[in-house]
Amino acid sequence: MFKEGVSKEHQTYLKQYRIRKASIAASQISMLVLFFALWEIAAYFKWIDPFIMSQPSRVFKTIMNLTADGSLFTHTGITVFETVVGFLSGTILGTIIAIILWWSDFVAKVLDPYLVVLNALPKTALGPIILVWIGGTTSSIIVMALLVSIVVTILNVYLAFESCDEDKVKLLWTLGATKLQILSKVVLPSSIPSIISVLKINVGLSLVGVIVGEFLVSKAGLGYLIIYGGQVFKMDLVMTSVLILAVAAALMYLSVAWFEKKLNKMR
Amino acid sequence: MVKKVVELKNVSMNYHTLNGETQAIRNLSLDIYNGEFVSIVGPSGCGKSTLLSLISGILKPTSGDILVNGEPITGPSSNLGYMLQKDHLFGWRTILKNATLGLEIQKKLNKESQAYVEHLLDEYGLADFKHHYPKQLSGGMRQRAALIRTLATNPDILLLDEPFSALDYQTRLAISEEIWLIIKKERKTAVFVTHDIAEAVASSDRIIVLTKRPAEIKNIHEINLTCDIRTPISCREAPEFRHYFNQIWKELDVHV
Ligand SMILES: Nc1ncnc2c1ncn2[C@@H]1O[C@H](COP(=O)(O)OP(=O)(O)OP(=O)(O)O)[C@@H](O)[C@H]1O
Ligand SMILES: [Mg+2]
Repeated sequence: MFKEGVSKEHQTYLKQYRIRKASIAASQISMLVLFFALWEIAAYFKWIDPFIMSQPSRVFKTIMNLTADGSLFTHTGITVFETVVGFLSGTILGTIIAIILWWSDFVAKVLDPYLVVLNALPKTALGPIILVWIGGTTSSIIVMALLVSIVVTILNVYLAFESCDEDKVKLLWTLGATKLQILSKVVLPSSIPSIISVLKINVGLSLVGVIVGEFLVSKAGLGYLIIYGGQVFKMDLVMTSVLILAVAAALMYLSVAWFEKKLNKMR
Repeated sequence: MVKKVVELKNVSMNYHTLNGETQAIRNLSLDIYNGEFVSIVGPSGCGKSTLLSLISGILKPTSGDILVNGEPITGPSSNLGYMLQKDHLFGWRTILKNATLGLEIQKKLNKESQAYVEHLLDEYGLADFKHHYPKQLSGGMRQRAALIRTLATNPDILLLDEPFSALDYQTRLAISEEIWLIIKKERKTAVFVTHDIAEAVASSDRIIVLTKRPAEIKNIHEINLTCDIRTPISCREAPEFRHYFNQIWKELDVHV
């Protein structure tokens, strides 16, 4: 235990730190367990109506049934696929538009009020229009996801471009750089952290677009299961889908966060 | 007859903003000779950085002509190397990659030029840090790396805009000595902007004192110090040092 050079005081400090960390994790887990236990008990003793509120054991049964016929994976897979395509294309397209704005200050100034209005507008309100224009297909769901995330991307990435250190840009001018070189050698690389953090925001935003899209298109995906379950009053199905959605959303967020950490280590 | 490498002829520079017009430089004429170390001192905000930007070709004068090696400048040129106050090394590039930035931009990065940069890094104490990232280096080493980035494209003339002012006093003395030696060894002409009169006197062949904005030339001092080895630190002991220092101090007319 005792390592040379580590004082007793420091050992106590480290020990306290570990204890604190462990107790936080323990509290988090017990909170979750307690929540499901209470839910189960309350439904069992009919304190709440399990038909309306559902019940963990019924959720578990639903998951089993959905897994057995494979539809769980199909629906989850579809939602995850649409979200990933949506936030990647939203981020890439948004970054490209931000580059155009950075390139031409004139264009940026002209488009500024439109971007502000588009940013304030709840993009999901455009859902029915997209449905009519594109049709009730996966494409319109992806377009929804893209629309929800693209304006935020443009604004944030453009802001990152604009806040790039002026002296670094000046240094490149003195070396005789072209505008394209300024973009590729300093403006883009120094904005990568902002772009990644936008990517993190976009996971959540695209998911909003995808779920609303699935509500409207009503063919497949977790959003479809939720709306369908609600319509036929299968609350077990609704609760199950919401829980799976929460897990899928968390996993997607965590993978982007992991990617960010990897990238920061490289820099 | 020593060659003129930079000639400024009746140069004026005005900035225009919505708040109005700022006259930064007025009718300034100046020649800089090959191999010289020229310092420029002047009150804060008088137009020193503007003057360097004009010489480097990233700014165009409102009127007047600027010649480098006898030719009018049209834009940034690889004859000139610019060094700014901070090192501005890119955190996402290794020291070697930072040092070759200029070559990369000017599309001159090849085996030969890369070898030259590596030689400079070896020669000036950064051999073991080529593949390190800037944040792993001390302030002084970073400034040296920034100088090597400037030297990499092999310019004849170096424009230095208060390159040491972000460093603490000890490091600053040491690194300005080192960088002075490197500049002399590589036989470069240097135009050095500083707020530090002692640093200017210790390192320069000539000191240009500018007036308050709009900058005009107030006085030019030829510096002749009697010291055994001509390096900035040892020349601080020269008997004439104080004389120059006091004179320039008076001309700058600093009120505190
Ligand atoms: N891009 C610009 N647009 C408008 N005015 C400017 C610009 N750059 C500099 N100025 C003004 O021109 C004057 C000279 O600026 P400059 O940076 O050349 O001074 P300086 O002597 O280098 O100052 P310092 O001692 O603070 O480094 C200042 O009054 C400054 O406000
Ligand atoms: Mg300045």
